[in-house]
Amino acid sequence: MKELNIDELKRRFQEKIDNDIKIEPKDWMPDDYRQTLIRQISQHAHSEVVGMLPEGNWITRAPNLRRKAVLLAKVQDEAGHGLYLYSAVETLGADREETIDDLHSGKAKYSSIFNYPTLTWADMGAVGWLVDGAAIMNQVPLCRCSYGPYARAMVRVCKEESFHQRQGFEIMMKLASGTPEQKAMAQDALNRFWWPALMMFGPNDADSKHTQQSMDWKIKRHTNDELRQQFVDITVPQAEMIGLEIPDPDLKWNEETGHYDFGEINWDEFWQVVQGNGPCNKDRIDARRKAKEDGMWVREAANAYAEKRKARLAKKAS
Amino acid sequence: MSKKEWPLWEVFIRSKQGLSHKHVGSLRAADEQMAIENARDVYTRRSEGISIWVVASANVFASDPNEADSLYEPANSKVYRHPTFYDVPDGIEHM
Ligand SMILES: [Fe+2]
Ligand SMILES: [Fe+2]
Repeated sequence: MKELNIDELKRRFQEKIDNDIKIEPKDWMPDDYRQTLIRQISQHAHSEVVGMLPEGNWITRAPNLRRKAVLLAKVQDEAGHGLYLYSAVETLGADREETIDDLHSGKAKYSSIFNYPTLTWADMGAVGWLVDGAAIMNQVPLCRCSYGPYARAMVRVCKEESFHQRQGFEIMMKLASGTPEQKAMAQDALNRFWWPALMMFGPNDADSKHTQQSMDWKIKRHTNDELRQQFVDITVPQAEMIGLEIPDPDLKWNEETGHYDFGEINWDEFWQVVQGNGPCNKDRIDARRKAKEDGMWVREAANAYAEKRKARLAKKAS
Repeated sequence: MSKKEWPLWEVFIRSKQGLSHKHVGSLRAADEQMAIENARDVYTRRSEGISIWVVASANVFASDPNEADSLYEPANSKVYRHPTFYDVPDGIEHM
């Protein structure tokens, strides 16, 4: 094949994207497209994995066997999501171990929501309803992302997510229609998780430095503010339906725009948590590091066993 | 720290009897036995399959997308391989 210059390669690449032709691992791609995807997909993978911790906290204390089985299945799904995504990162030539080491060293980020503690059983409801709800809103458009392996992983993930949100909403609904104490517990969980859930969509569009390029590459299909607005519009009536109150005095329906207006997000808090100063950042990373170190002997033993088995089979064959 | 990572495996799943195995993704495992067990946990939690193949990714050889033009060109020029190439007059049936 004749050598193409970089400008021509870039032009052909963008032409494919514009025509909604997916990019596959062995196709030529600009280096910053590759790096953007490695960063985004590995952060997404880390979020799935770290996201197991706040919910794992309640598995042994679920109020009954049904709730326990459901929560366990949900957390197991999140582990699966992490695995699909680490595999997608590997197709871009990234080293899986290195991406995980970047998480443990603090170099790589994950969704800031998982740095908040889960204090009561109602938090399992709020997390499923709001956190998985916000995640779904982010992930559905990613099913059409221009990078094939990421888009395919997202299709699987989105199929699995829908029960996550429903089981959370069911917990909230049950508590909200229970005793006054149970209802108060649900309201308290909503109060604590509402604003951090809105922060999950990232900075306002005006302050989001990567948005335009990611939209041109069709990695991203909607801006942060569009998705956040959509989330508010969908969630407010759900809260009303179960008799809970959104903790925002500025929230009101705007007849003209056809959307809810809502109050200012505390961006100071957002950046503090992103930079590592949230209530649980240290606990989360410590738990991940400990899991890796404690599991080391298992991974080594599996390697040793695999080699022994291979040698035994080779001997039998000869 | 041990740097010996488990090898990468490509996973193929037959969703039901009568269909071929289809690539669903990849995973890491120490050997083929563990790869199948992990594939069951990662890719068939909702009865998505009845049969699993795993292939060491190192053993997959792929065509080069840069050579796609020359590789598939002979097929593109042979339109007479498709039935739509031929005119069948009105009134002729079962053809
Ligand atoms: Fe997930
Ligand atoms: Fe989820």
